[in-house]
Amino acid sequence: MTVDLSQFIPSFLEESFEGLELMESGLLDLELGDNETIHSIFRAAHSIKGGAGTFGFDNVTEFTHLVETLLDEMRNGQREIHSKDTEILLESVDCIRLLIEAARDEQDYDHDKIAQTSKRLTDTLGEAQLIDDADSTNSVVKCQGCGYTITFIPSHSLAQTGNDPIFLFSALAELGELTVCANTDDLPALMDIDAQELYLSWQLTLITDADKAEVIEIFEWVEDECVLTIDSLPNIVDEAPIQTLIITESSNIETDIESDKTEVSEQKNSPDAIINQPLSTSTKAIVVKQPDNDDKKKIVKNKGKADLGSIRVGVDKVDNLINLVGELVITQSMLSELGNDFDMANVERLTSGLEQLLQNTKELQESVMRIRMLPISFAFNRFPRLVHDLAIKTGKAMELVIKGEQTELDKTVMEQIGDPLVHLVRNAADHGIESSDIRVANGKPEKGTIALDAYHQGGNIVIEIHDDGAGIDTKKVLEKAIDKGLIDANATLTDSQIYDLLFEPGFSTAAAVTDISGRGVGMDVVKRNIQALGGRIQVESTLGKGSTFRVNLPLTLAILDGQLVKVGTETYIIPLLSIVESLQVDNNLVNHVSGDMVLYRLRDDNVPILPIYKLFNLEAQCTEINNALMVVVEADGQKIGLMVDDLLAQQQVVVKSLKDNYQHVGGISGATILGDGSVAMILDIPGMINMALEQAQKAQRLNNTGNSSLVAENYA
Amino acid sequence: MNIQAMAGDIPVEGEHSIEGLDFITSGDQYLTFLLAEEQYAVDILCVEEIRSWEKPTIIPNAPSYIKGVINMRGVIVPIVDLRLKFNIGTANYLETTVVIVLTYESEEKSRTIGFVVDAVSDVLNVESEEIKPAPAFGSCVCQQYIDGLINNENKVVTLLNVAHLQQVEKHILHK
Repeated sequence: MTVDLSQFIPSFLEESFEGLELMESGLLDLELGDNETIHSIFRAAHSIKGGAGTFGFDNVTEFTHLVETLLDEMRNGQREIHSKDTEILLESVDCIRLLIEAARDEQDYDHDKIAQTSKRLTDTLGEAQLIDDADSTNSVVKCQGCGYTITFIPSHSLAQTGNDPIFLFSALAELGELTVCANTDDLPALMDIDAQELYLSWQLTLITDADKAEVIEIFEWVEDECVLTIDSLPNIVDEAPIQTLIITESSNIETDIESDKTEVSEQKNSPDAIINQPLSTSTKAIVVKQPDNDDKKKIVKNKGKADLGSIRVGVDKVDNLINLVGELVITQSMLSELGNDFDMANVERLTSGLEQLLQNTKELQESVMRIRMLPISFAFNRFPRLVHDLAIKTGKAMELVIKGEQTELDKTVMEQIGDPLVHLVRNAADHGIESSDIRVANGKPEKGTIALDAYHQGGNIVIEIHDDGAGIDTKKVLEKAIDKGLIDANATLTDSQIYDLLFEPGFSTAAAVTDISGRGVGMDVVKRNIQALGGRIQVESTLGKGSTFRVNLPLTLAILDGQLVKVGTETYIIPLLSIVESLQVDNNLVNHVSGDMVLYRLRDDNVPILPIYKLFNLEAQCTEINNALMVVVEADGQKIGLMVDDLLAQQQVVVKSLKDNYQHVGGISGATILGDGSVAMILDIPGMINMALEQAQKAQRLNNTGNSSLVAENYA
Repeated sequence: MNIQAMAGDIPVEGEHSIEGLDFITSGDQYLTFLLAEEQYAVDILCVEEIRSWEKPTIIPNAPSYIKGVINMRGVIVPIVDLRLKFNIGTANYLETTVVIVLTYESEEKSRTIGFVVDAVSDVLNVESEEIKPAPAFGSCVCQQYIDGLINNENKVVTLLNVAHLQQVEKHILHK
């Protein structure tokens, strides 16, 4: 019986990556040193090794074996934990990840790096071996060149539990030269054979220098379902003449054993020199050579590349969902019963039923959304390693403090926020934290602190990256900006406007470009990525005290709270989060400035008024500014007043993409379907501001064409 | 009232076997429709559904022949008026005005767009050798949208290229 193992590969990969993460975080904590951590690291490595062996990722198995040996020595207390070893192990974790990724993508990997690391591992192991030998307290008995005879009598139902002796034998064959004799005594007559039962038992001779534990380990999964005896061979008789059938390809073993079941003609009577007991008449020996793994690799290649991704969901969430669906079904049956013979006397029951339905739907929606929510620790857990590495690279002492790891965030948002966060943390480590002597001179603790914090605020999640470093020197930023011609030399800017300059493309204040950061590429990308997620980033900084980057993100991208507004015949949705306030225009506060710009005085701010009908070329009922309804919205720190005909309800809307069947539309972020089945557009406030700016600039250029010679002169 | 005589008008299964045979003859099937007086055809396998005209939601700043988007069972589908696009006839929206929703699956993605036409007329069976190249004398319909001409009795049907029709980006470029 064969199982198509390739179907389990995705779960193996997933588990392996989880295991690697566990190893990594364990190794970083190891410096404090407790046995439990080493055990858990060892277990993770062990299961990766086991899995990789099962799926034929031999390079992974080989490499992980070295790591495991080193860990084993640590676990047994044979080796003290030095930071040097931890570094090697961390590097090994990277290598294993590299190997597994290479296996997943069927791509080649950096052989040099693997070879280097495995050499370092062997060297480290070798040192210990020498010490062991010198002490002559070797606890591991290596029997060089000896072997074992293994009697393996599986229970008849072994194959039904998904185990296949072939895999066991190929694993054994990897340890050394294996001779397999199948015993077909128990084989019933052909008529009585149950195809799912396993009737064979085996006598195996393994010539290997591996220790007994390794042999037992191979049988670990089937221990409970077989009678297993493993005896060490006293001495080896190599030249014993045996009738053998030599197979070089493991793929053939299966069929051959199958054929053995019926083809018992080749009988062998001579007592076998290798095996202690005399063999029964109906046995036959097979020598399994080191299996060729080509065929296994082919299986892996057949696997489709389509990775749809999966989420692990807590059982409690699923249970909750089932409960809610149950309630929904009850409400539904109640309503349909009510509808069967309805008279006006039941109106009250109907309203309460509908209310219940509303409640159910809302809860169900929330629960479904919660399934997509993952704790932010998924994004945060790569940072301890990153900071650890950065500390070594930059030679600065720093530590990472993580708070609010359990804050939940939509999976899509999480996947896309990872890179921007990495960038911000790198910046904090490279530009923010000063070197120890400067810190001490400034009266700060020697060790710098980078803090990551996440918490919910309204419908948003806020992620803070704080460092207690040098802070941002506004003067320096300003100089650089003037230098680069980003702003006018005489411009007066507020602090927050100066911080915004950091996000300009090509801007960097770092004196020297390092390989960590300072090229000025990135902060603009960070900002763009965050904005693409519908979020925003703010900077706070005190010179000499440190800086905080605050990232505001929506919890989910699929649903948003919207304000429905009417313009002409069309309904538009303004995201509630961007609305500052809605008001009726008081004509006394409207100012016409510099020709055609209309500003509204909102307390201290002058807010440009933007009639939606003009921007979108629509017919509107209300074209007069006086007494018109205006929704003041804010994006990128810019407030604008959107003139609308009417304010309708507020409701949650499901965002649908226009790009699927159409294309991106300026000023529109998507569409949604309203209660009556019609489509309504969702306004993209930053996009609308850009559109209005572009239109204005275009108009300006048109006006200026008359003076074009003048302009050209100015630019020259 | 003679029920028998009335029943005579109702086609009985098998009676119109020649029409029924259409479905098993070789060749591809094409849906033909009218734009003003002219007949056009599209590959029937691309046709998702035929809907009656309903007023769509306007897409801001879109070219005039893109009428907007509608909700087709939860999917947002843009509507293109072919009469405006090809500049044929007048764009009246009557009770008989229909929208042919076409889905075209290219390698990367599938796209669903509705096209407003004056009326849907027939399904044609056409062998590939019956499709003749169209002479490039016309100016209304861009050559890239035409796959060829089909002779249908004494009329000529223009076979449209769905793949090109579905490229909205090009629609914008040609405005």
